[in-house]
Amino acid sequence: MKTVRLLVGTTKGVFFLRAPAARAAWQVEGPHLPGRAIYSLAHDGRGGRQRVWAGAASMHWGAVLVPTDDWGRTWDEPQEANVKFPADTGLALKQIWQIAPGLDEEPDTLFCGVDPAALFRSTDAGKSWEVVRGLLDHPHRERWQPGGGGMCLHTIVRDPANADRMWIAISSGGVYRTSDGGRTWTARNAGIRAEFMPEKYPEFGQCVHKVVQHPSRPGRLFAQNHWGLYRSDDAGDSWQDIAHGVPSDFGFAMTIHPHEPDTVYIIPIQSDMVRVAPDGKLRVYRTRNGGRSWEALTRGLPQRRAYDIVLRDAMTTDSLEPAGVYFGTRNGKLYASNDSGSSWRLAVDGLPSITCVRAVVADDRKPARRTKARPSARR
Amino acid sequence: MTRVVFLIPTPLRPYAAGRSRIEIDVAKDPPALGDALEALWEAAPGVRDRVVTEQGEVRQHVNVFVGTESCRWSGGLATPIADGAEIAIFPAISGGVC
Repeated sequence: MKTVRLLVGTTKGVFFLRAPAARAAWQVEGPHLPGRAIYSLAHDGRGGRQRVWAGAASMHWGAVLVPTDDWGRTWDEPQEANVKFPADTGLALKQIWQIAPGLDEEPDTLFCGVDPAALFRSTDAGKSWEVVRGLLDHPHRERWQPGGGGMCLHTIVRDPANADRMWIAISSGGVYRTSDGGRTWTARNAGIRAEFMPEKYPEFGQCVHKVVQHPSRPGRLFAQNHWGLYRSDDAGDSWQDIAHGVPSDFGFAMTIHPHEPDTVYIIPIQSDMVRVAPDGKLRVYRTRNGGRSWEALTRGLPQRRAYDIVLRDAMTTDSLEPAGVYFGTRNGKLYASNDSGSSWRLAVDGLPSITCVRAVVADDRKPARRTKARPSARR
Repeated sequence: MTRVVFLIPTPLRPYAAGRSRIEIDVAKDPPALGDALEALWEAAPGVRDRVVTEQGEVRQHVNVFVGTESCRWSGGLATPIADGAEIAIFPAISGGVC
């Protein structure tokens, strides 16, 4: 029997939601890692694992990666911090913004993106982590600038057909691509506007908020920018404006349909100075044609006095058909759609501010029926 | 040899084998706070990563007191440590999240 689990990161811990494949009603449990800000979550189902990774940050005690192999019943809290900058860098970890398991053929490889902007790689299933020097030592680094969330590397996109190629995005640095497994990186921002700079189309320095790619179309990318929606058909070499018919092209969240490479979802925000839902209406916008046009999805979403916004990793899809689409708001509401976004339900309200959402479809077998406990023969 | 006592706050006790007090002999004589902390890190490396960054700086929202004085006002890691000193680690009130 298929079960959908939602991994929900909040500013005060992790919550797990669970529903049968119909995805009509959700059971909620948590918080796990209570009190800590969870800006990144990932499920690693490779190699027979059922592991969830959480990037957990305490304002007092710093940030670590914490895994669980049993959906939160136990967490393997590292005694020593597992993601650390080498002493010679002079840098100190502030936040873990993204966790990306590697490709299926590299089951022990993971990446994480952090603030201050850097990429870390593990090749031993998360036991140890090493900073990717090729990006850390990039000559552009000294001119990257922090955004409101810090200077974060928040997006990691792997090419499923080429383990050496990947894209990362930094706020504010823009999109960078490697084609040699991380040894060298080139800025790939041509056509992306930097509204906050005197030069509107610099080589780098853009504040790209999220980049997504469909696994069936490697190198075709969509980006939600700090002002601007873009598509690249040439692996990031050039970007075209696709903000046709949205109430605002400012926003953070972006996700792609699991089965339709032309279907992308965004949630616009009024502006960078007024970060609320445009016109007091909470609307998801969906394109089904690669960004030539967008439609508002409103059924089941509040259309009066709604000021919720959604952060960059707080919208996701599951892998079922029709696809489930989910997003969590800064005000602690989790909305779920079981029909590819055409209609929505409030799955849970009252959570702490939601920072990230991930979905996992699992084949959950029924647990064996428990036999009645027998009194022990020994006294 | 200088003997110091570290007082470990509740959130950090899982990284200190559950201990609330750790008595340590510091070899350097006379020691500074940094020397005493190095001795603590030997005994409880997990505590180190929660109290200081990987660059060795006391985290922004952590306070380390020698006696009743925060090390921020007494010379930082160079604060002199007397035999029998009590060194207390506290989460700062500035670090809460609403």
